[in-house]
Amino acid sequence: MGANDIDPNTGTTPRFVSRGFTGRARRARSARLPPGQYDVGTGFPVLSAGPTPNTHLSRWDFTVQGQVDQVRHYSWAEFRSLPREDVEVDIHCVTSWSKFDTRWEGVSVDTLLGDVESEAEYALAFSDGGYTTNLPLADLTGGRAWVVDTYDGAPLRPEHGGPARLLVPHLYFWKSAKWVRGLVLGEVEELGFWERFGYHRYGDPWRQQRYAGD
Amino acid sequence: MLSVTAETPTASRLRLAVHDWAGHDAGQHVDVRLTAPDGYTAQRSYSIASPPQAPHLDLVVERLEDGEVSGYLTEELRGGDLLELRGPIGGYFVWPATAAGPVQLIAGGSGVVPFLSMLGHHRATRSETQVRLLYSARSEADLIGTGELAGAGISTTVTLTRAAPPGWEGLRRRVDVTMLAEHTLAPERSPLVFVCGPTSFVETVAAGLLSLGHDQSRIKTERFGATGGP
Ligand SMILES: Cc1cc2nc3c(=O)[nH]c(=O)nc-3n(C[C@H](O)[C@H](O)[C@H](O)COP(=O)(O)OP(=O)(O)OC[C@H]3O[C@@H](n4cnc5c(N)ncnc54)[C@H](O)[C@@H]3O)c2cc1C
Repeated sequence: MGANDIDPNTGTTPRFVSRGFTGRARRARSARLPPGQYDVGTGFPVLSAGPTPNTHLSRWDFTVQGQVDQVRHYSWAEFRSLPREDVEVDIHCVTSWSKFDTRWEGVSVDTLLGDVESEAEYALAFSDGGYTTNLPLADLTGGRAWVVDTYDGAPLRPEHGGPARLLVPHLYFWKSAKWVRGLVLGEVEELGFWERFGYHRYGDPWRQQRYAGD
Repeated sequence: MLSVTAETPTASRLRLAVHDWAGHDAGQHVDVRLTAPDGYTAQRSYSIASPPQAPHLDLVVERLEDGEVSGYLTEELRGGDLLELRGPIGGYFVWPATAAGPVQLIAGGSGVVPFLSMLGHHRATRSETQVRLLYSARSEADLIGTGELAGAGISTTVTLTRAAPPGWEGLRRRVDVTMLAEHTLAPERSPLVFVCGPTSFVETVAAGLLSLGHDQSRIKTERFGATGGP
């Protein structure tokens, strides 16, 4: 039953029934719930590795840098004046809660990248407080990722990543970096904060890519 | 499962024998997975309470009202049962073996569990690092790990938030900035600070530490966020 005890056929630890465990009364599992996840309902848990940073909007900016033809900077006012989108999505946290139909508003990463010319294949998102997370650039483009500053019609609260966070709903939520301040584009993949601590480098909730090796 | 014993009126200590255990760092956790006969599974994280030197693995689980996993672990599970777990997990909220300076631990409720492992590690290695613990619990009976909070170089302050026994002369209120200023290591000493407990506790303490002038990069937090909260 140790961590090394992996079933060679399935690549997972062996399954057995926990004596006397029935689990909470459950409705039919929604097809929108990835394996191993449960619906947190109206809750919205807060998880992060350090204190909630507090950046004044006058000092906030968003930068696209690294392997780019020219660095792009957006002040808060410039960011706010970009074309905005409403996004309604399900989100999936690696700690196994999912939340359906969350409503956000913000700027598509496609818009932020705009006319950036780059051969990069990877992006490292960085945040106030030193947090980073890595993603393939292709997962941030094509209408699949946003920098959002509004949740459920109100400014995003600091504990949920305000003033602005990344939103990449098709990956585990640790990829949706809170307090995001920019992206570093590069040709090689540089691991982010949790990824260096053994979490999966990609993090697909439908394939349960929680930890390195999953 | 070797044994399940009552630790407090609402928490149980699970003692496990894990074969092939690769060892852990003080402060790491495991993921426990329960499986029902129909294949339904529930998975939650639990910090390791025992130090890396212990021959067994201890978890201390606080029973939450209507808690799906904590209820099972504290009320149904017994010695001899098998438990599926994965780990150790987490390389961030761990005992800083290389840290030169002093360490401040701040726990709310079951948030003390990873610190039990760190304090045990401190004793086992006869570490000379100065460690202070500020521990907030509801009452004296709710204190987890009472026999494990002391040691050479370790000083512990307990604050009781709901009920105190007759003659109690210690602190008896929730942790606030004043308490942090008076009962934790000063920011001038640049301690490495670990904060662990329910989300609201961690938020309050971390904000208080920042206002006292602690460097944000020296504060590590772990939130035992109940999944039902706002
Ligand atoms: C890194 C880490 C380490 C941790 N270490 C520890 C530890 O050492 N000790 C410890 O005790 N805990 C620890 N926790 C917390 C632990 O993982 C669980 O969150 C906790 O035990 C609650 O799980 P549960 O299944 O009992 O409760 P859940 O079923 O998740 O419910 C949590 C609360 O929400 C309410 N709730 C949620 N959904 C429903 C619903 N559908 N119906 C009714 N009520 C609901 C319940 O009333 C309950 O109070 C840790 C968490 C993390 C992230």
